Amino acid sequence: MIPSKFDYIKASSVDQAIELLDQHGWEAKILAGGHSLIPAMKLRLNNPSILIDISGIGELNSITEQGDEIHIGANCTHKAIANSDLVQKHLGLLADAANTIGDIQIRNRGTLGGSLAHADPSADYPAVVLACDATIEVQGKNGVRSVAATDFFQGTFTTALEGDEIITSIRFPKVSQGNYQKFYQSASRFAVVGVAVVKDGNDVRVGVTGVSDAPYRATAVEEAYTGNADAAEHAVDGVEVMSDHFADSDYRAHLARVFVRRALEA
Amino acid sequence: MGAFVGKPIKRREDARFLKGAGKYTDDLKLHGMTQLAFVRSPFAHAKILSVDTSKALQAKGVVAVYTAADGCGEFGVPCGWQVDFKNGETMREPVHPLLAKDKIRHVGEAVAAVVAETLEEARDAAELVEVDYDPLPAVTDPEKAMSKDAPLVHDQWEDNAAFDWCIGNDRAEVEAALAGAHHVTEMEFRNQRLAPNAIEPRSYISDYDVNADKWTLYTSTQNPHLIRLLLCAFVLGIPEHKVRVVSHDVGGGFGSKIYHYTEEALVTWISREIGRPVKWTADRSEAFLTDAHGRDHMVRAKMGFDKEGKILGILSDEYCAMGAYLSTFAPAVPTYLHGTLFQGVYTTPLIHLNVTAPFTHTVPVDAYRGAGRPEATYLLERIISKGAQEMGIDAAEIRFKNFIPPFDGVNQEGYQTQVALQYDSGNYEATLKRGLEMLGYEDFRKEQEKARNNGNGKLLGVGISTYIEGCGIAPSAVVGALGARAGLYEVGQVRVQPTGKVSVYTGAHSHGQGHETVFAQFVADALGIPMDDVEIEHGDTEQVAFGMGTYGSRSLAVGGSAIIKSIEKILEKGAKIAAHKLEASEADLEYADGKWTVKGTDKSISFGDVSLTAYVPHDYPEGLEPGLDFSSFYDPTNFTYPFGTHIAVVEVDKETGKVDLKRFVACDDVGNVMNPMIVDGQIHGGIAQGVGQALLEEVIYDDQGQMISGSYMDYALPRADDLPMIETDRTVTPCPHNPLGVKGAGEAGAIGSTPAVVNAVVDALSHLGVTDIQMPLTPQRVWKAMQN
Repeated sequence: MIPSKFDYIKASSVDQAIELLDQHGWEAKILAGGHSLIPAMKLRLNNPSILIDISGIGELNSITEQGDEIHIGANCTHKAIANSDLVQKHLGLLADAANTIGDIQIRNRGTLGGSLAHADPSADYPAVVLACDATIEVQGKNGVRSVAATDFFQGTFTTALEGDEIITSIRFPKVSQGNYQKFYQSASRFAVVGVAVVKDGNDVRVGVTGVSDAPYRATAVEEAYTGNADAAEHAVDGVEVMSDHFADSDYRAHLARVFVRRALEA
Repeated sequence: MGAFVGKPIKRREDARFLKGAGKYTDDLKLHGMTQLAFVRSPFAHAKILSVDTSKALQAKGVVAVYTAADGCGEFGVPCGWQVDFKNGETMREPVHPLLAKDKIRHVGEAVAAVVAETLEEARDAAELVEVDYDPLPAVTDPEKAMSKDAPLVHDQWEDNAAFDWCIGNDRAEVEAALAGAHHVTEMEFRNQRLAPNAIEPRSYISDYDVNADKWTLYTSTQNPHLIRLLLCAFVLGIPEHKVRVVSHDVGGGFGSKIYHYTEEALVTWISREIGRPVKWTADRSEAFLTDAHGRDHMVRAKMGFDKEGKILGILSDEYCAMGAYLSTFAPAVPTYLHGTLFQGVYTTPLIHLNVTAPFTHTVPVDAYRGAGRPEATYLLERIISKGAQEMGIDAAEIRFKNFIPPFDGVNQEGYQTQVALQYDSGNYEATLKRGLEMLGYEDFRKEQEKARNNGNGKLLGVGISTYIEGCGIAPSAVVGALGARAGLYEVGQVRVQPTGKVSVYTGAHSHGQGHETVFAQFVADALGIPMDDVEIEHGDTEQVAFGMGTYGSRSLAVGGSAIIKSIEKILEKGAKIAAHKLEASEADLEYADGKWTVKGTDKSISFGDVSLTAYVPHDYPEGLEPGLDFSSFYDPTNFTYPFGTHIAVVEVDKETGKVDLKRFVACDDVGNVMNPMIVDGQIHGGIAQGVGQALLEEVIYDDQGQMISGSYMDYALPRADDLPMIETDRTVTPCPHNPLGVKGAGEAGAIGSTPAVVNAVVDALSHLGVTDIQMPLTPQRVWKAMQN
């Protein structure tokens, strides 16, 4: 459990972090909460030669109300999100999802931006980000850009982020009715299946994590939805379902249907 | 009863543990100490074509790099128990090399050892060692290992069997009884492989003193004296009196730290080679890959019943994995620690167990909390419940029909089983009666019926397990006849200091059990002195005369008895001194409350004054040696047999198969209880581990022999929120053959609980026609059982 040698720089601003990232290229990794990266480094599965620590960049720490949106800085910890009055009031499902992540120590350190950038296919936030139709604000050497949640997640540990970009904040439209339902993997307590549902009148948006190699919007469910939960039967339509020793693809697909239904009914 | 025995006294050792001030091996930093890192095989079965250490030797901070070609290759760690084939052929005992020589036999087997100034440097250099492997097909399943085309783990033998074995009545007789039975219940299951997961990983430091030509080995072992004996006499051939083995605080073992491991011998060898101390501490990944695992039995069994539900016989055929090599106690686990418990708590007249123990391309399997008894209990308690289910008899009722009637081992004789043992004392029906009462069994059945009909998607189930186990290991002559290569007595020395303070040296070893408290309780009571006047020392071969360590719930029953023997000698000699000082006859003295008194007078002398006299013998009995210091060996006359009833209540989510353990009721009988709080703690911890096996834990190897559950991301241990508040009670049936009347409590929880939980889940699903589910009962397995 000893990582390879690496250099460490604590960035004091987003601009500095991007400059360092640009300078060191693929040799560098961004360190936020470190709760995915550091274990991978200790197992020597990931051996960056330099870590750029962004955890001290204060400008990424805020949670603010901006009209119809809540803006959450990338550095906000799971704990800060779960405990935020603004999040609880306008994004209850995000607070709920944050509270299901790992344990207290992890929630004290892990960050929203870190989790999204890492893009573990079983992470909780992506389901919520998709269901909320949130926008991910990123910044790189060519400036800032906004990426829609549906464009952000591309596969296991793969996102739309360019090599020199970091996530700065996530813009969530306020949600009046939504919830997050999760079936825990018994060892890691990641989601075997995690389903976020946001309802807007007769429209519904459904984000699903844990089921495939990337989180997805269950569009077949959304299209079939007419106010009752029968649409849950379409939870994995067109989706290649993952399989492991906790849940093979049949069982995982079944769970996806059960948890989409529970989320639609909740 | 004295002032301390039987009281829930808080553990003395916890003050240092809770403050993070325990003294564990990895906490030690010796002057000039080097660090060792291993190069381990990524393959389960492979030829080693070449090992190139040249780059590693050049790396910064590297002191030395060793492979099997460097002298240590000639040594191997031995097995401590011999079980020969049924046909008389000797057990096949392969050399277990300190570093793999020509062939790899499990993932994680060490190929090279890199010693460097720092751990970081050792790790970096280990990555520079180039090993060229030729991977070969592997076999990890114990039954497949015995198929004709299975790859051989050891090429020198024609198949993978290490030995085979049977016990009980004649097979044909048992088969005839089953053929004539009113009902026969069959089961086929894998008692799955478990990783022990002690919180402190294994850690060893060897410090070789060039000038004295002596070693000190600091080791996280349950068994310091046995490690010294094996290391010196059976591995390295170094004189035993030149080696001191120290195991101060050890953070759990559950069996996995009984054994003598290759790494322990290798650090000892290396420290002399380099003339400096060398430390190795396993990281968690190495622990998964190299700590001896538990269980891994493939079982096919039948139990026959008459029409009333009386058991007529049981027959079981089992394949029990040994792993790649024979670990220290491995052959005893699926045989003498397993087959001898097939009587259970029932009057079963005919029993036959047949075991085949193959080598597999996995880490060795050995004793893990309960060791053979949980596997026996699981089979018995599942198959009797399955039989009851199939015959439409209540699970409690079928047990009452079959219990061995109560016997105390004093007024009634011990119970002679069909499988070699004689139970010491037992009242099995009493624990079930109490357990059912604690649960409210009748009311539960009504609640269950209601839950099935209310349509909320939750199914309730109750599961009963009435277990017995064999502890207090062990009468030496008995185990010697069964293949043990060691005696299993214990040593207890009581040294009274001149001021009357008492130092006790025990060969038992505490790695979480609380010896420092419990032993002080009964010593203080036996001598009538304050607990603060008693100190318990263990875990150092230069302090403690000898010892056989702690496992098999033996510390109090065997180790405690040895201490009691020494206390008797102390009091006998003390009485002589007291009689002299009081100018009375020994026969006229009585000892109570820490003083000798002349009966019927107020003339007395305190324990402290007698102690001082023993060391300042100016006015002293003629011919009596000075001093007050006795050591005793205690070899038990029988095993001890704790028993009890565990009852689980579960709620199953019909849609997901998720099992929620709602209640757990345990009524155990561990004989006399020295400290009820510690017994409760042992029972709670054991139940947590047993629940872990039932619902969560499994070491999984894939077809290539890769471990795919080698981290806490994939290996599920029970957590606090997986468990309900455990409800405990006890009955007390003292052990008739040891002075404290104790039976042992360390493993009972892990033995009794597992089948209770599985029985409860099957009960919840019984109306759907479910009669069995393979462990662990993951939501997926439970859901699939409901679909079929």
